[in-house]
Amino acid sequence: MNAPVSITRQPVVALVGNPNAGKTSLFNALTGSRQKVGNYPGVTVERKAGRLALPDGRSAELIDLPGTYSLSPRSPDEAVTRDAIFGRIVGERPLDAIVAVVDATNLRNHLRFVLELKALGLPLVVALNMIDLATRDGIGIDSARLGALLDLPVVETVAVRRLGLEALGAALAARIGDTPPALPQERPSDVRALQKQARTLSASVQTSTGSARAWSQRIDAVVLHPLAGPLLLAAVLFFMFQAVFSWAEAPMGWIEAGVAALQAKLSTALPEGWLLSLLNDGVLAGVGAVVVFLPQILILFLFIITLEQTGYMTRAAFLMDRLMARVGLNGRAFIPLLSSFACAVPGIMATRTIDSPRDRLTTILIAPLMTCSARLPVYAVVIGAFIPARDVGPFGLQGLVLFALYLAGILGALVAAFALRRTVTKGAAPPFLMEMPKYQWPALRDVGLGLYGRATAFLQRAGTIILASTVVLWAMASWPQPPVGGTKPPIEYSLAGKIGAALEPIFAPIGFNKEIVIALVPGMAAREVAVSALGTVYALNDVSEDNAGSLIERLRSAWPLPTALAFLAWFVFAPQCISTLAITRRETASWRWPIFMFSYLFAAAYVAAGITYHLAVAAGL
Amino acid sequence: MTTSALHRPIDALAVGEVALIAAIDRAGLDPGTAQRLCELGFDEGVDVEILHRAPFGGDPLAVRVGNMVVALRRDMARLIEVEP
Repeated sequence: MNAPVSITRQPVVALVGNPNAGKTSLFNALTGSRQKVGNYPGVTVERKAGRLALPDGRSAELIDLPGTYSLSPRSPDEAVTRDAIFGRIVGERPLDAIVAVVDATNLRNHLRFVLELKALGLPLVVALNMIDLATRDGIGIDSARLGALLDLPVVETVAVRRLGLEALGAALAARIGDTPPALPQERPSDVRALQKQARTLSASVQTSTGSARAWSQRIDAVVLHPLAGPLLLAAVLFFMFQAVFSWAEAPMGWIEAGVAALQAKLSTALPEGWLLSLLNDGVLAGVGAVVVFLPQILILFLFIITLEQTGYMTRAAFLMDRLMARVGLNGRAFIPLLSSFACAVPGIMATRTIDSPRDRLTTILIAPLMTCSARLPVYAVVIGAFIPARDVGPFGLQGLVLFALYLAGILGALVAAFALRRTVTKGAAPPFLMEMPKYQWPALRDVGLGLYGRATAFLQRAGTIILASTVVLWAMASWPQPPVGGTKPPIEYSLAGKIGAALEPIFAPIGFNKEIVIALVPGMAAREVAVSALGTVYALNDVSEDNAGSLIERLRSAWPLPTALAFLAWFVFAPQCISTLAITRRETASWRWPIFMFSYLFAAAYVAAGITYHLAVAAGL
Repeated sequence: MTTSALHRPIDALAVGEVALIAAIDRAGLDPGTAQRLCELGFDEGVDVEILHRAPFGGDPLAVRVGNMVVALRRDMARLIEVEP
């Protein structure tokens, strides 16, 4: 950060453009790993900023604004772009210049937005991006003529191959003065007139029209085929979930071995006592039980980010629209819901692209029903303990059970959406309009930076909220200590044991024992904490001093099968996750909806676990 | 609205058939949706083509308009008329 007395002011440059113009790729190419992801105040729209070195030695702050079609927003994230341009965001400095990112293969639509931006009077540079794809498709563009007609610098770029970046920097440096330009005034613009102007303009600079989208149309012939399309989508999702389980196996083993080695080292280095117990049974057992799922989370995000980048996600939304319409949603809700498979928090944040407030609220309320990666640790441990690892046909039984749990979450969400749209979010179905971008190869750098962001966010959670809650739980489970000559397991005397005992009657009818109830309480912090909590509870609950057995073996001996199945059913709905409730509070700007969300999920979880337990008992399992 | 007996809604086009937009019933849409439709390239005189109909009932449609492909539902597609 600059010192306040510094003479050199760091200018602010924003990337603005239509969705799918390759804005984020350009941002990644220009800033590399020097980026900071945060939030705009008041809203949860992701604020991505980085340092851009200009060729004249200055450096600018580069901001990647959310993609939008115009300065007339239809959704909250588009509103951020407008507000940033008009300098209406508290704490944000006004812009010194704008880079309008244009997809060269879709010139006439993207030029309309450039014309709208040009009318603002801010220094503006046009990045004619994906020029290589235009050339490949036989679209010839006279960029010099375009620049002359627009009276703006036009730079040809290929963000994914880092081409044209220096020229873009030079064009920017030439436009950025020493004093910031005046704030632009918001004026109504005539979209149809601009659109007409853009069409004329693009026709006069295109030297050949080519066959844009020929490739995309060939791929779509299969991907959107009435029969092949849905089958392919099901196959992609099924493969994704099988991969999450099988590919992660080896790295998870390494992490487990690492944690165990660390625990053994500590045991020899430190004397027996509360400190050793805190480190081994609290911190390492708790955090280790969560960090071990990093490989699975990364694989899941690898699929989601890649599918998003290729353009397949909008095809999935297209295929799913009909089904979503039946429950009163639209295909657009599919993408946030799919993100919710990784975590409901980014999923709920992604609902900002849904323009109808009712649709958005419904999607937010059902997002926690998508099986988030925080549930994976819970599922993984319980499935590992109770579902035999044998093959059913070509598939593993454990993977099939996992798939069934995901399916149960989806069905639950559809039922919930159906009910919500007829009660609390009643109202007319909004129009559905969605651009389907051309297919693209995912860029390694963009996938990598996306994954890096997810991994650090997850480890940050593990290092803060999860670490804190496991330490608190460890303390709750360790004190008060058992009286001298106490015969019951130590945990029964502790605070956690007492809370568990007090809540036990509520959960006993659905087959939950005291240890589960104890684990559910700190599991409020984050769902995966329930696993580390079980780890802590059972590690401490052991009077035989045998700490070697893994959690899986402990659970196998401690839980009857109906209890394990009821626990799985509980977690399909599991209301407990402070982060989800907090983000819902922020996104809906009221406590009403998070409280409603918690209540309905709790009721659903309780009923589902109860039914599962009693059916399993009746079936003699 | 400029309904003419000669105009057909794009919904009536066969997959792969190219036509020019003759009229858009903007009064049948809320102003925001009408504007977004225009921003996505739907305008009188622009060429459109139905590329795909979704499985399970043919709704929504994937419509090519200029170089853009846009998914929209049939109830909206009926408000966009093409020249015969």
